Amino acid sequence: MAAPPPDSEPGKLGRYLTGALFLTPAIFMLGVWMVYPAVYTIIRSFFGPQGFFGTWVGIDNYKTLFTTSNLVTAIKNNAIWVAVVPALVTAIGLIFAVLTERVRWAVAFKTAVFLPMAISAFATGVTWRIMYQQDPGLGAVNALGKTLKDIVSPAGVLSSAVPSTSSLQTASGGALVLHKPLHPGGLALLGLTAIPPDQVPHGAKQAVTPPTKSGDIVGTVWRDFKPGGGKPGVVEQGELGLPGVSVDLRNASGKTVQSTSSGSDGSFTFKNVPSGTYEAAVSAKTFAKPFGGYGWLGPNLIVPSLLIAYIWIWAGFAMVVIAAGLASMPRDVLEAARTDGATEWQTFRRVTVPLLAPVLSVVFVTMIINVLKVFDIVYALAPESEYAKANVIALAMYFTAFQGGGNFGVGSAIAVFLFLLVIPVLALNIRRFKRDA
Amino acid sequence: MRKPRVIVPAALAVLVLAVLVATQIASASRTSKSGATAVSGTITFDGIWTASSGQKQFADVIKAFNKLYPKVHVNYKPVGNNLPTVLATAVAGGHPPDMADIAQPGTVKQFATEGKLKPITYATSAINKNFAPAWRQLGTFNGKLYALVFKAANKSLVWYNVPAFKAAGVTAPKTFSQLLKDAQTIKASGTPAYSIGGADGWTLTDLFENIYLRTYGPAKYDALSTHKIKWTDPSVATALKTMAKIIGDTSNIYGGTSGALQYGFNDSVTNAFASPAKAAMVFEADFVGGVITSSTKAKPKTGFNTFTFPSITPGPDAGAVEIAGDLFVTFRDNPAIEAFVKFLASPQAAEAWAKQGGFGTGNHNVPASIYPDPITRASEAPILTAKSVVFDMSDNQPPAFGSTTGQGEWGLFQQFLKNPSDVAGIQAKLEAAAKAAYKK
Repeated sequence: MAAPPPDSEPGKLGRYLTGALFLTPAIFMLGVWMVYPAVYTIIRSFFGPQGFFGTWVGIDNYKTLFTTSNLVTAIKNNAIWVAVVPALVTAIGLIFAVLTERVRWAVAFKTAVFLPMAISAFATGVTWRIMYQQDPGLGAVNALGKTLKDIVSPAGVLSSAVPSTSSLQTASGGALVLHKPLHPGGLALLGLTAIPPDQVPHGAKQAVTPPTKSGDIVGTVWRDFKPGGGKPGVVEQGELGLPGVSVDLRNASGKTVQSTSSGSDGSFTFKNVPSGTYEAAVSAKTFAKPFGGYGWLGPNLIVPSLLIAYIWIWAGFAMVVIAAGLASMPRDVLEAARTDGATEWQTFRRVTVPLLAPVLSVVFVTMIINVLKVFDIVYALAPESEYAKANVIALAMYFTAFQGGGNFGVGSAIAVFLFLLVIPVLALNIRRFKRDA
Repeated sequence: MRKPRVIVPAALAVLVLAVLVATQIASASRTSKSGATAVSGTITFDGIWTASSGQKQFADVIKAFNKLYPKVHVNYKPVGNNLPTVLATAVAGGHPPDMADIAQPGTVKQFATEGKLKPITYATSAINKNFAPAWRQLGTFNGKLYALVFKAANKSLVWYNVPAFKAAGVTAPKTFSQLLKDAQTIKASGTPAYSIGGADGWTLTDLFENIYLRTYGPAKYDALSTHKIKWTDPSVATALKTMAKIIGDTSNIYGGTSGALQYGFNDSVTNAFASPAKAAMVFEADFVGGVITSSTKAKPKTGFNTFTFPSITPGPDAGAVEIAGDLFVTFRDNPAIEAFVKFLASPQAAEAWAKQGGFGTGNHNVPASIYPDPITRASEAPILTAKSVVFDMSDNQPPAFGSTTGQGEWGLFQQFLKNPSDVAGIQAKLEAAAKAAYKK
């Protein structure tokens, strides 16, 4: 290697090589981890399911993509995501950003709203899945609903109880009515089952069949169950009376004429009943069901549930970016607007928002890209039984290519489709970067 | 100003060297050489067990192997639950490990058909000596022995909450009709009888498979597994109707249908073995025991116990057991690998893990007394003595149909749980999905 003449510029080749040297690592990285996989995926999408290439299938994989119902659901769901999330995130971020300018403790508020960004989407999904549980004893969202509902209408003492024989039937309104005509001197046996041992009211004693008495209607309401089942409708040794249950006596037209409460052995007495035909009933409030919770993770609400959790994460991001834009906004324009007599709403609508437009569009476009690629939160939050309903493109790609499906052809086709969806948005972003620079 | 010129070629040289070294290493690991007299070499092994789930126990198996073959180094890689993905990618890329454990016979068959696996016919005599013929059959694909079922899980089990059964005054049922009757008694006692983890589709296919096996026996079960019987067959309808007696008894399922669809396998276990009980029984495999001891306070015998999935039609069933298992396969062939595979078929290998629990084997030269506690003995002994064993049906099928979250069998059985009255509809859907998956 001949040394160049001293004090001269390096030759053209030397400059070229220096440039190449600096570019090599970047090109190497991009080539190996971006360009090669992208090109391979595009080519792979025209081949069959298995192997490094498999067999040529033309555009069959793309046909599958648009004809398989769960993949079509994924595309539809992504459309919902794109329609809802970027707009809502930007709007909520804007509201928070403007409001935090005016409240004390703005830093604390901003931190609280921004905090979800510090949690991985997967962890968020797991957390929200627990919060969305239908059982109010497990899910925070439904627990709140239960608290509210219990204030309005509390659950009955025997909410899970069901009649032990068919002679006792649920009437309209939820009361249990004994379909056996009663006359003074009669006996009413109200057997109930499916009462967990820990829900038997305190002080319950062995149930007894009270002796009949002329002029009175007597009866007993009891837990018609002993280990092994026992005989339905018969008061047996080992079966407990249910104390404190309110029992109504209804006349032939269904009107309640007397009410009483059962004793510790479950027995009750309606005294001095005038002659006629009656029915005994256990009032509906005894069986009022506790709040069962909404199925946030069920087929009808799963998509909105996912959207809420996702917006919860990203609202903080939007708020911080928009707040930064607000902070750098020329205040004199706002002052001028106010001096000219504009109301707060007008200032916001006609001055703040237009001046913030570039920032808002950055947030909006970033969110579109994020939402198109959404994967982890759906994977973590939706129960497997609702994947079919909650499916999104990236998730469908993962399941088709890598999970049991093992169909790299269709998987690649989905990836390419997703790539094509993202490109126009990316191009828009790049163009704006260039313009800004 | 001279320096760049020197650096460029030097850097290029380093790069070339690095690439050469890398390929050198790669090819070296592919050809583990063996000595003529003492067997030596390195075996790379990709397994599903991680530090929390059996890596240590498998290390003890390797240790026992190294006592006999000190010069063979087994390099175990704990891949975890992503193993099928990792393996499929490694095989597609042409760099599989020497050995791997695969839980899906469907995948083994696929690899065998593509010629990626090496037969292990050299271990035939060792397997014949220690296992019933049914086990060798499970490892045979396309007429050749490719896999050893090293670890097996008994899937024909029902786990029950002992206090809940006691409160209802029932004992472990022997027949399915008795089970249905007891379930009504349990319901009357105030506890829902069933805890179903329907958010995991495989818990539902397992229930169906046990019902099908107990109704029609192993031969027909295998025929359905391999799609020789269609899913629209009347036998499938009968089994689905039997299944609907359980999953359609919504007021007897903890959380009802919507709850069953939201609770996963783990939830179904913790719900059933909570105190007080939220439900009385769970239909699932031997590994339920591990979940109970690790995430509930229930104690063996007094808190939880297990019984064999009760008989439905006594004739054809003949004490068959459904298992899931780890199939050990080899992607290469050399004396070190041969020695290891033969060792794994021996009782010593199984005992090294079995004495620590959490392990079932079909190796009949392993005494049942090796299991550390009575519950494990009760749940694993049926495998040792089983007259016939069948592999988990959903694992046996093409993965797109049998074992993909949210689609195929798993997804469709979740639909069936939502609407157990639509037997014919679900049969048609199952058949369509099976057809599409088998066509590939």
